[in-house]
Amino acid sequence: MSSDTLAISVRGVSKTYRISQLAVRHTMLREAIVERLRNPFHRAVREEFAALHDVNFDVQAGEVVGIIGRNGAGKSTMLKILSRITLPSSGKIDLFGRVGSLLEVGTGFHPELTGRENIYLNGAILGMRRQEISRHFDAIVEFADVEQFLDTPVKRYSSGMYVRLAFAVAAHLNSEILVVDEVLAVGDLQFQKKCLGKMGEVASQEGRTVLFVSHNMTAVQSLCKRVVWLDRGRVMLDGPTKPVIAKYSQTSYAAQTEHTWDDPATAPGNAMVRIRRVSVRPADGDDGVINVRTPLVMEFEYWNLEPDAFLNISLHVFNEDAIRLFNTGPVREPRWQGKPFPVGLFRSRCIVPGDLLNNGTHRVQLLAVKNQSTVIFAMDDALVFDVGDSHDLRGSYHGDWEGAVRPDLEWDTDLISCGLPGSRSTDAAPQAPVAAASSAPARQGVGQ
Amino acid sequence: MTELAVTRISRREHTTIEPASRWVPLELREVWRFRELLVTLAGRDVRLRYRQTALGVAWVVIQPLMAAGVFSLVFGRIAKLGSDGLPYFLSAFAGMLGWNAFQTTLTKSGSCLLGNSHLVSKVYFPRIVLPLSSIFTALIDFAVAFVMFLILLIIYHHPPSIQLLLLPVWLVLILGLALGVGLFVGGLTVSYRDVQYIMPVMVQFLMFASPIAYSVSNISKLSPRMQSLYFLNPLAGYLAAFRWSLLGVGTVPWGYVGYSVVVTVVLLVSGAYSFRHMEQRFADVI
Repeated sequence: MSSDTLAISVRGVSKTYRISQLAVRHTMLREAIVERLRNPFHRAVREEFAALHDVNFDVQAGEVVGIIGRNGAGKSTMLKILSRITLPSSGKIDLFGRVGSLLEVGTGFHPELTGRENIYLNGAILGMRRQEISRHFDAIVEFADVEQFLDTPVKRYSSGMYVRLAFAVAAHLNSEILVVDEVLAVGDLQFQKKCLGKMGEVASQEGRTVLFVSHNMTAVQSLCKRVVWLDRGRVMLDGPTKPVIAKYSQTSYAAQTEHTWDDPATAPGNAMVRIRRVSVRPADGDDGVINVRTPLVMEFEYWNLEPDAFLNISLHVFNEDAIRLFNTGPVREPRWQGKPFPVGLFRSRCIVPGDLLNNGTHRVQLLAVKNQSTVIFAMDDALVFDVGDSHDLRGSYHGDWEGAVRPDLEWDTDLISCGLPGSRSTDAAPQAPVAAASSAPARQGVGQ
Repeated sequence: MTELAVTRISRREHTTIEPASRWVPLELREVWRFRELLVTLAGRDVRLRYRQTALGVAWVVIQPLMAAGVFSLVFGRIAKLGSDGLPYFLSAFAGMLGWNAFQTTLTKSGSCLLGNSHLVSKVYFPRIVLPLSSIFTALIDFAVAFVMFLILLIIYHHPPSIQLLLLPVWLVLILGLALGVGLFVGGLTVSYRDVQYIMPVMVQFLMFASPIAYSVSNISKLSPRMQSLYFLNPLAGYLAAFRWSLLGVGTVPWGYVGYSVVVTVVLLVSGAYSFRHMEQRFADVI
């Protein structure tokens, strides 16, 4: 593509934050002065933290680019720099076109002001002209569905109404480049879909450039053709959405299906409990791969270091969209639950039935809990494993199977009567088979 | 078609983002682009200030009336200071008018960044819009209180004089001085919260060190050395001139006013540049 259509050019951008070792920043004038007097020639030794390191990428006008990465990868810092809220420590960015950024829904909304007043205030804060807001006013109100409450202070709004109104204003921001942070994490599902639709519309019909940061891979996949993957402040991969996300899902959660720590002195834990071994495997003892139909055994060995502790393990299982699927603990375990644990090595085992987890990467957070109430130790990503797909229960549908879980449920269908009531015709149009086509609408159809 | 596309693209704005630097241009054009935000923010402040108060905007008038009442009691009746032959109350109210414009601008521009930290860390706009919008708030207050002053003139049968035409000049200078100081204060407050504790004390000191509760004619009784010390405070000359314009009595210490103008310009320019410099770190520090 020619440089005429370049919208964003990021060249060697780095951002370092200074964090002093003891986290003492001289936010008191006296301290700053005293420090200067004590060590007139000595600059305090400061630790530097590189939030971004030599980031390069270009975005063409009209492109919709997703930025993905784990927490702390530098996504938000990148957006803050692109929105001109903070400056880079080095490097250069060129932006061609008016930039509108949406790092938060409802920035500047004031609870005491009415919906109408807040539309104008929020619009002005986002950089809209007054006449521009007036022109879009009806559309904003309609999109947010708050007609009756326009002259009510927003502090009396339900949280749903509040978010809807806030997003509606931002969605009508008329800028050539739109920078959007994880704003879709709020609001109900139906409205999230509406927002995604609006953003897709913005990009495809009006030819705007959109930069979209999200943890929600489904949203990124449905909106963006290209993805930039940031990891610890660097660009790991930049390319078409599907392969980058696939690579990201594989590597960003390095699988941990088994690990043993032999030395109780260095094993993860603390003075009360230490973990010796974690593992997850198919329950049938097979070493085979795990798929959506496989029953699993999760096993944990741990040293209890405190005599007579009332201990139990608690597990939180997350999917790759960071949704917590369930929490489980040995509440009905017959031998040790509710009894004081002597000092020693224990093993707890938990069986997860097949036909429960959906395909994708799953992470297990392990908690050691005392007296069923106090968390004494928490271990994130104690287990990380991939659940593969199975073709047993798919019928003829081959698309993504949506949902947090993948249960195998019983169904039955009966023919109640032939023909339509009141009409004598017996040749009612036969229903088209739902999953016949593997086109996009079928994806929706199959879930119903 | 191609030609059309080219013209459209060439019309696109070009923004360059580069690391912080020592000298940052003021970019007043950028401020002008955000003028509507400036007015909207000022409007928000005015709307919010008296929401859920019983008397509402009347407070803009009641506050200086009460202050003038207290001043005429303490300084007029008890200390028996002169007021150029005018009712003390009228004279004190005139002083309050100028002082409130100064004080509102200074305190607001000093605290506006912290008060709007959620905006500073989440959206881009020229940060100087925040202190500038405090001028509008002060002006709206001034307009309301000025109408009250005109009513007082009628009540006291005191006709306004031709000097009143110079009032806008003094008002602009007073607001400029307040903004100049406010820019330093606002920028410093982001990094050093101490400033917000020093400010009320300094403001109160300044109020008694300026001809507000008393007219400047009381100062002319002091020795020349004490007088020049008094007028080191750049606000003193302005407020003397302000009262002279409002009431048509007393004198203007023109030399000292000239000095104040120089101080104002220096503070305003250096304040704006230092604000622009400090601004680069606001989002990281606030």
